[in-house]
Formats: sequence, structure tokens, C-alpha cells
Amino acid sequence: MNKSMADLLARAPVITDGAWGTELQARGLPPGEIPDVWNLTNPDKVIAVARAYVEAGSQVILTNTFGANRFRLAGHSLEHKLAEINRTGVQLSREAAGSSALVFASIGPTGRLLMDGSVTEDDLRAAFSEQAEAIASASPDAIVIETMSDLGEATIAIKTAKATGLPVVACVVFDSGANKDRTMMGVTPEQAAAELSEAGADIIGANCGTGIERYVQVCHRLRTATNRPLWMKPNAGLPRLVAGRPVYDTTPEQFAGVAPALVDAGAAFVGGCCGTNPDFIRALRARLKGGT
Amino acid sequence: MEDIKALYDAILTGQEKVAREVTEKALAAGVEPLKLVNEYMVPAMDEVGRRFECNEYFVPELLISARAMKSALELIRPLLAAKGAQPVGRVVIGTVKGDLHDIGKNLVAAMLEGGGFEVIDLGVNVTPEKFVETVKQKNANVVAMSALLTTTMPAMRATIEALKNAGIRRQVKVIIGGAPITQKYADEIGADGYGESAPSAVTLAKKQLAATA
Repeated sequence: MNKSMADLLARAPVITDGAWGTELQARGLPPGEIPDVWNLTNPDKVIAVARAYVEAGSQVILTNTFGANRFRLAGHSLEHKLAEINRTGVQLSREAAGSSALVFASIGPTGRLLMDGSVTEDDLRAAFSEQAEAIASASPDAIVIETMSDLGEATIAIKTAKATGLPVVACVVFDSGANKDRTMMGVTPEQAAAELSEAGADIIGANCGTGIERYVQVCHRLRTATNRPLWMKPNAGLPRLVAGRPVYDTTPEQFAGVAPALVDAGAAFVGGCCGTNPDFIRALRARLKGGT
Repeated sequence: MEDIKALYDAILTGQEKVAREVTEKALAAGVEPLKLVNEYMVPAMDEVGRRFECNEYFVPELLISARAMKSALELIRPLLAAKGAQPVGRVVIGTVKGDLHDIGKNLVAAMLEGGGFEVIDLGVNVTPEKFVETVKQKNANVVAMSALLTTTMPAMRATIEALKNAGIRRQVKVIIGGAPITQKYADEIGADGYGESAPSAVTLAKKQLAATA
């Protein structure tokens, strides 16, 4: 782990950011369009989202590169722009962050399953390498592998990201099973913590899921299985559909109200996922940092 | 016959090789192909579905069981076809226009194949026209549509309209699924059914076809 990361952790809990997709949609991203392409077509809007999080108090912001892997981009005939989309994504967040926040570059899942034979390990390795290298060329402070369900895919992503020399955060989604404490593939927090650590992730955690309350217990369980710093970015609850649109009922204050329990459970990084916005970050900041 | 029970277990635990071996042996010993399907294989997949529904099984278990089932079925299908037996149903499946998510759709396709359906998988971003054309070409009796995005759900309605306009809406049962989909939405757009999970899609498709018969 490098010095800026160590400095950051010395000030834990560290406030990260909230959702990006919905923030971009609020700024005009058409439904169905892949958000990542906006790095090239609407950079000012992407910077505006990043800036909104920095102004709300994020100490770490992510990048608009979650889906910029060859599989997802190919679906939009954009694979030839892959390097540019990733590089620019890091630069835009850096411009918004200035000296106020660090930039952790986002890498999401490919959307393919190793287990159904639609993709091989080599395919995944090539795809993640390509994205990680493009991201690294713009020098972010770290890489975040997020929203993973399958530890096989996550492990490949971590190893390729580590090969760039950058610190790596790896987090998975616990949204399945009777207690919503398993990934879609049935992975428990203990298994995830052990395997992600083993794969070389510097920071381990969970994002998305079914709300912040359930992630307190998940965080406890991750803590028992790894000594790495923990990263938690839960959803603002589960959405209800209103006129075909997802609506999240958790308020910023309710969300921030649970955050101290998350920190007590061991979280060093706290932010939000689906349904959260800069107001949630402001509330987190006030709650965890006394409004400073 | 004691050793055919191993076929049930092999499918339940996702042992593809064992499932094939037991099937081969049973067929060589003269066991009726249909008996294998109806008394061992289908009940095994039903149990897989039940375990998934009550959170004992997760996606990997579903996939390996479906694979074992499919593999054993491949040995049996030519024999059934030679006797003139038809598949349970012929399904045209795809993720709707504008939507590129295929994990859920692939799971449903695997479970339907495991359930004895002939599955024609059109992939992702499938236009209403493509659904219509394939139903006609393959003489399918089930259309299964998937959407992960709230923004692509309307393509389901458009596909149902296209089936109506082509005059083949009554020929098929339309079933839909995906994270944002609800029974209410299925009713609203005039789909025949909504499946909450991959195993429930199989039950649903069978129930729908039985209702026609």
C-alpha cells in the first residue's frame, strides 16, 4: 500500500462517494445508453457529478468507467474507444478531485459467467488487463473492482489490476440467500474475505446489496475473516417500482444514522451505491466527521 | 432398478459424467427412455428448483445440474424423436431490444432445456421483429422475454403487440422475467405469465402449455 493510501487510512473512516448512473441520468443521460461513453461525449456532465461528490465531502471519488470493458462496450459498438473512455474517465475525476479527494478507478463485472461457458478465464484475463492498463495509464490513486458476484471473476480482475502496481480494492454484492448475506453465486462474507485477500486485494468489502442495515452484519463477518481495511458502499435500501421507475425509500439521514454501526463493525471506507446521491455523502460526512 | 436412482442423484448434484454413464447403461439395458425422463430426470430438476427457491442452492448448483440434465437428455432425445415424441415445448427466448444483460436469460434457458424444452436462444437486444420471425420459422409455442432495466421493459409490450399484429399471438404463451418485472407488469402488458426465478420459469411454461392443451 502506498503512502497516500496510508495517510488516508490514518484518517479513517474515509468518506467515499455515491451512485453515478442515476446522477448522470439526472443530467440527461438517456436510458439504455452506457454511461461510460459520456466521458467522451459529455465530459462536462461527468465532471459535474464528480464535483458534486467532492463538494459534498467525498475524500475518495470513483470514475465513470464501471462498464468500460470490452464485453459491455462491444454491445454498444464502442470497443474501439475502450482505452480513451477509461483514460478520460480517470482524468475527469482527477480534475474534479483536485487536491481535495483521491481518485479510485472503477472496474465492474463483465456481465458474463465463467460457469455457463459463455466466457473463458483467458477471455476475462484479457478483458480486465486491457481495462486496468488503460486506467493505469492515467494514474489514478487506486483501482476498485466492484459489484462482483463470482469469486473466480473477481480473482482474475484483482490479479490483473495488481499487475499495474496500483493498490486494489475488491468488493462483492451480497444480495442472495434467505438472509441476503450471500452473493448470487452463493458466496458467504467469510469466503469472499478469505479469497479476495488471497488474490491480493489491498482493501476488501461489499457494495450494492439490499440496504445498509444488512451490511452491518456482513461487515462484521468480513472483519472476522481478513485483516485488510474494509470498504462498504451499500444501496439506499431496495427499490420500489413506481410507474416503472425504481424509487429508494431510505433517506440520507436514515442512511447516515446506520453508518456509525458500519464503522464499529470495522469499515474504514464508507459510501453509497444505488439510490444514493451527494446528499447522502453530506449526511455521512456530518455524522462520521462531525460536519467538518 | 437400484442403479437408475443414481441418475436422479447425479442430476441433483450436478455430476454430468455420471449422469451420462448411468443413462447410457440404462438405455443399453432396455429401460424406456421416457421412463428415465419422467421418473428420474424431471423429478431431479424439480428438486434442484425447490432447493434454489429455499436458498439451499445458488446459481452454480443450478448451472451444473442443468448441464448434467442436458447432457443426459442429449442421449435420450434422438430416441424420443425416432418414436415421434415431441419436446415438452419449443421456446424462443431472448433479452429484449435495448437490453444487453444475458446472465438471467441464460439461466432460464439452461433450466428450460433441463426441463425438456427445445430452446431457441436469440441472445440479447432482440427486436420484436426477430421474435416474430423466429416463432414463425420454428413454429414455437412459448416466447420467453427477459429485461434487467426498467428502461427496456416497454420492449416487452412492443413484442407482444408485434406478435398480435403478425397474427400469431394465440399460437404462443408469452412468459417474462427479470429484476424489475412483476406479476402486475405482466398483467398490464398482456403476458401470459411472470416467473420470479429461473426454476419458476420452467414450472410456469409447463403450466401455461398445460392450460392450452
